[in-house]
Amino acid sequence: MKIAVAVFPGSNCEHDVEHALGLLGADVELMWHQEDDLSEFSAVVLPGGFAHGDYLRTGAIARFSPIMDEVSRLAEGGFPILGICNGFQILCEADLLPGALVANRDLNFICSMVHVRVESTAGVLTRDAEVGQVLRIPLNSYEGNFVADAATLDELEASGRVLLRYCDPAGNVTDEANPNGSARNIAAIADPGGNVVGIMPHPERAAEDVLGSSDGRVLLASFVHAAEEASR
Amino acid sequence: MSEPVRFRVRVMRKAGLADPEGATTTKALRDLGYTEVTAVHFGRDIVVELAGDDVAAAEARVHEMCERLLANPVIEDFTVERL
Amino acid sequence: MTEPAHRTLGMTDDEYARVVEILGREPEPAELAMYSVMWSEHCSYKSSKPWLRRFPTEAPWVVLGPGENAGVVDIGDDWLVALRIESHNHPSFVEPYQGAATGVGGILRDIFTMGARPVGLWDALRFGPLSDPSNRYLFSGVVHGIAGYGNAVGVPTLGGEIEFADCFSKNPLVNVMALGLMRRDQLVTRAAVGEGNIAVLLGSATGRDGIGGASILASASFEEGSETKRPSVQIGDPFEEKKLIEACLELYERGLVVAIQDLGAAGISCATSECAAAGGMGMTVDLDAVHLREEAMTPGEILMSESQERMLAIVAPDDVDEVLALAHKWEIDATTIGVITGGDTLEVRHRGEIVAAVPAASLSEDAPVYHRGVERPAYLDAVWADEATLPAGLDLGSTLLRLLDDPALGDRSWIFQQYDHMLFLDTVVGPGNDGSLMRVKGTDKGLAVSTDGDALRCSLDPRRGAARIVYEAALNVAVTGAAPYAVVDNLNFGNPEKPAVMWQFAETVEGMAEACERLGVPVVGGNVSFYNETDGVDISPTPVVGMLGLADPMPQLPPRLDRAEAGMELWLIGPERGDDFAGSAYCRIVLEHRCGRPAEPDPDVARRVVEHAARLAHIAPVVHDVSSGGIAVAVAEVAIRSGVGVRLDNGDWRLLLDESPHRFVVAVEPGTDLDVSDVASRRLGVFGGDRLDFGRWGTVGLSEASRVWRQAIPRRLG
Repeated sequence: MKIAVAVFPGSNCEHDVEHALGLLGADVELMWHQEDDLSEFSAVVLPGGFAHGDYLRTGAIARFSPIMDEVSRLAEGGFPILGICNGFQILCEADLLPGALVANRDLNFICSMVHVRVESTAGVLTRDAEVGQVLRIPLNSYEGNFVADAATLDELEASGRVLLRYCDPAGNVTDEANPNGSARNIAAIADPGGNVVGIMPHPERAAEDVLGSSDGRVLLASFVHAAEEASR
Repeated sequence: MSEPVRFRVRVMRKAGLADPEGATTTKALRDLGYTEVTAVHFGRDIVVELAGDDVAAAEARVHEMCERLLANPVIEDFTVERL
Repeated sequence: MTEPAHRTLGMTDDEYARVVEILGREPEPAELAMYSVMWSEHCSYKSSKPWLRRFPTEAPWVVLGPGENAGVVDIGDDWLVALRIESHNHPSFVEPYQGAATGVGGILRDIFTMGARPVGLWDALRFGPLSDPSNRYLFSGVVHGIAGYGNAVGVPTLGGEIEFADCFSKNPLVNVMALGLMRRDQLVTRAAVGEGNIAVLLGSATGRDGIGGASILASASFEEGSETKRPSVQIGDPFEEKKLIEACLELYERGLVVAIQDLGAAGISCATSECAAAGGMGMTVDLDAVHLREEAMTPGEILMSESQERMLAIVAPDDVDEVLALAHKWEIDATTIGVITGGDTLEVRHRGEIVAAVPAASLSEDAPVYHRGVERPAYLDAVWADEATLPAGLDLGSTLLRLLDDPALGDRSWIFQQYDHMLFLDTVVGPGNDGSLMRVKGTDKGLAVSTDGDALRCSLDPRRGAARIVYEAALNVAVTGAAPYAVVDNLNFGNPEKPAVMWQFAETVEGMAEACERLGVPVVGGNVSFYNETDGVDISPTPVVGMLGLADPMPQLPPRLDRAEAGMELWLIGPERGDDFAGSAYCRIVLEHRCGRPAEPDPDVARRVVEHAARLAHIAPVVHDVSSGGIAVAVAEVAIRSGVGVRLDNGDWRLLLDESPHRFVVAVEPGTDLDVSDVASRRLGVFGGDRLDFGRWGTVGLSEASRVWRQAIPRRLG
C-alpha cells in the first residue's frame, strides 16, 4: 500500500507529511503535479504550502494541474483523498469539497496551536477518533476562514460531514475559540462519500511529543487505515 | 500587428459572505469619524489583453476565463468591461 | 555646471582617480556604474575592514569564515551548517513590507548559494515608539513583509528580538539571520574555475528595480524627502524564490554546478566579478542574453539591477542542456549569459560592442580602504556620572505591571504567531523562549539560535554593551542545552565619517571580539550597516549578535518557560550586584532615565554560568536567562507562561530589578542537586498560588499580570 503526496510548485509541507505518515508505517511517495497517473497508489494527500504562490486565489491555479484531473477521477471511485491547509483550499477550488477559504477574520497570518473537537467520524480523517474528542494541533494559514452559504452549511451539518470544529481546551465551541472566523467554527469537512476530506490545521505537525503534541496521530492513522482498506 | 483588445474584469466578493477586509476597513473609516459609512466592499480588478480583431469573440473568451479561473463562483461575482 | 557622473553615482573624486589608474584610461559609463556599486560602503566594507580583522575567526569546526556568502561550520556526522545575518534597514524604511520581504529573500539566497537548504530565519527588529502612527505603520508593515515572504517561501521563522527607541523612528533596523543545513559533500563556492565553463543566469527577469540600492539606499544617509527614493525598492516574489531553492538544491544533488553565486547588491556586476575573481579567472558576459523585463535598458542598468530571485551558476559545457532542462522542470527561466576565460578580465558585451573590460578582481578586491578618524565623544563623561537616583523602596506589584506593559518586554506573540515557525517538523523550542532549538533529524543533535542586541546599553558604553550581548546570546543558547558554537554579527551604526561614530564602532568590535575570544567561539560572518542617520541624527550604536549553539546530545525534554509547576523551587544561578541599573528596563520605563555606565562583564564567570545553564537544561524543566527587567520580569515570564503563581523570599528590591549580567533562573523539584559550587546561587522562592508575591515589596495577581503582558503590543496597535 502506497500513499501519494502531490507536490505543486510552491508546496512546502510535502516532506513533513511524508515524515509523519512514515512514523505510522505508511509507504509514501512524492508525486510532481505534472503526473497524471496515480494508479499504483491507494490514497493521495494534497499538502500545505503556497501552490503557485497563492497568486490570484489560493488553490485557483493548482486545480488545473494534470494531477488534479486524476484526483477528481479517483474521488468518484471512493479513493481516500486528504487536503491539508493549502490542499483543502485546492479541493474546494476543484469543487471536490463545498465552500471556500478566505482571509482570516483579523487579517493576520496565524501560526498557533488550536483545539478542535471531533464532530463526526463519517470521513476518512476521523473514522478512528471518537465524537467529542478534543485534539490540540497547529493551525498555520492566512486564508483559513471557511465560508459557505447557509444552505450548504446546514446540509454539511445534517449529513455529518462537519468532521472538526474549533473549540476551547474543554471542548466548548465558542466564538472566542474560533481563531479565524470560520463559519460555525468549521475546521474540517468531508464530501458526501466521506472519502474526500479537507482540514485547515496541520495534523502532521502534531505527530510527535517532542514537537509539542501527538494529537494529530489519530487523524493520520484514520487516513492510513482507510488507505489500507482501499488497497484491498 | 494590431493593438491588443483590453478588458477589465472586476471580481467582487458575493454579497452576504464574510468579507474581513471590508469589515475591517469599515470599522477603520468609522473610527476616523466617517460614521456614515455602512459598508466597504473589496474586489479585484484584472486587466486582460488579447490578440485578435474579433471583439465579441474575445469578450466571450474572457467570460469563459472568469468562470474557469479568474473568479470563484462559490464566493465571487464578476463583471467584464471593454477598455 | 553639471555634476560629474561619478558623483551622482555616490563616488568620490579620489575613487574616480583610482579607477582611471586601474584601467589606464577614463572608464566607460557601464564600467563606472560597476565600480560605483562595487566600491560602495555596502559592498566593499571600506570603512570597517581594518577593524573587522580584530574578530577571532578560527576554530577546528569552522569550514568557511567571513568573506563568503555565509559562514559554514561542521557539526559532525557529515552535517554542515551555513549561517548569515544581514540588514535591510533603509529599504524597510522606504517601503516596510517589500523592504523586509526582500531582506528575507536575500539572506535565503546567501544560504542556498552555499549548497545548504535554508531551515530557519530569525529577525532582529528596531522601531521608534508605537505611540507614533508612522512607527506603527513601519512595525506592522515589516512584520507582514517577513510573514508574507518567509511563510510563502517555505522557511520557518523561529525567533528574533525587538527593541523600541526614539532614534529608530526615522531609521528602523531590520536585521535578518538565516540558517541552512547540508551534507558535507554538498558545499559549493563561487570560485568560477575551468576555462570554457558556462555562466547560466537562473530565475527572474532583470528590470530596473533596485538600481543603486547598494550605493545609494544602503550607503548614504537619509534626509527629509527620502520617500522619493521609492522607485529603487525591489519587489519580492517568494514563489519564484521557492522554485529557485528547489531547483538549485537539485542542481547540487546531481553535481551539475562548478560554482554558484546569488545576485544581490550590485546584481550581475557583483556576481560575475566575484565568481571570476574567486576562481582567478576572467569572464565574458553577453548582456543581450539576459532576460529583461523592461525595454531599452542601458548596459549600466542591466549590470546594476538588483531585481530579486536570481542566481548565477557556473556549469561545464556538457552539462548546460541538463541544467536548462532542470530549470524548465521547476518552471524557472534560465539563459546562458557568459563564458569563463583565461586571464583576469571581465569583459561585458552589449549589441556587439564591448561596453566594459576591467580586471575582475579590481571590482571586489581593489576597493579603497578608509582609516576614518576615531574620537571618543566628550559627552560620555557626563553620561557616566549621571547615575539614577533610586528610591529607598517601592511597590513591586505596580512596578512590574509597568514593565510588563512595555512592548519590548511584553508578549511578542502578536509578531511570531504571524510567522510559520513549525515547518519542517524540527522546532523543539520555538519563539517566545530565550533561544530557539531545532533538532537535526537522524541525529541526536540540536541547533540553538539566539539573536541579541541592546541599543540603549551599547549607547552608554559600546564596549561593555557589545560584550554583554555576546554573553547574553551565549546564555540564551545555553538554556536550551547547547554550547556556543559560532557567531555572526550585524553592526548597525550611524555615519562613519563622524569620528564619534567610528569610536563607537571600534569599541563595539573590541568588546565583541574579546567576549568571543573568552567564550572560545569564532565569528564566521557579519554585516556592517553604516549611514543609519536621518536628518543628521545617528542611531544608537546597535550591534546585533546571532549566536549558533550546538546541543550534542539535545536534551530529551528541553526547558521551556511554560513548564514550571506548583511546588517547584525557584533558584537563581550567577552573581548578584544590586547596583547595575544603567540601561535597565526599570530606569528606562519607570524613571525615564537613560544614563550611567553599565557594569563590566566578567568573562570567567560568564563562561562558567553558560556551562552550568547548558548542563542544567538536561535536568530542569525551566532554565531562563535573566536580562531586561531583571529577576522580577524573568520570574513573571515563567509564572505567566506556566500559569502558576510564585512567592519570593524577602530580599533587597534592588536585587530583583537590577540587570547585572551572567544570571539565570531555574525551576526544579525541591531537593534537586544543582551542583553549582563554583558560581553564586540562591533560592529565590517557590511556585504556587495565583499571585506574583514579592513579600514586603508587594504583590500582583497572576491573571492581571498576564493580561497586561499579553496586551503590551496589541493595545498599542488599536
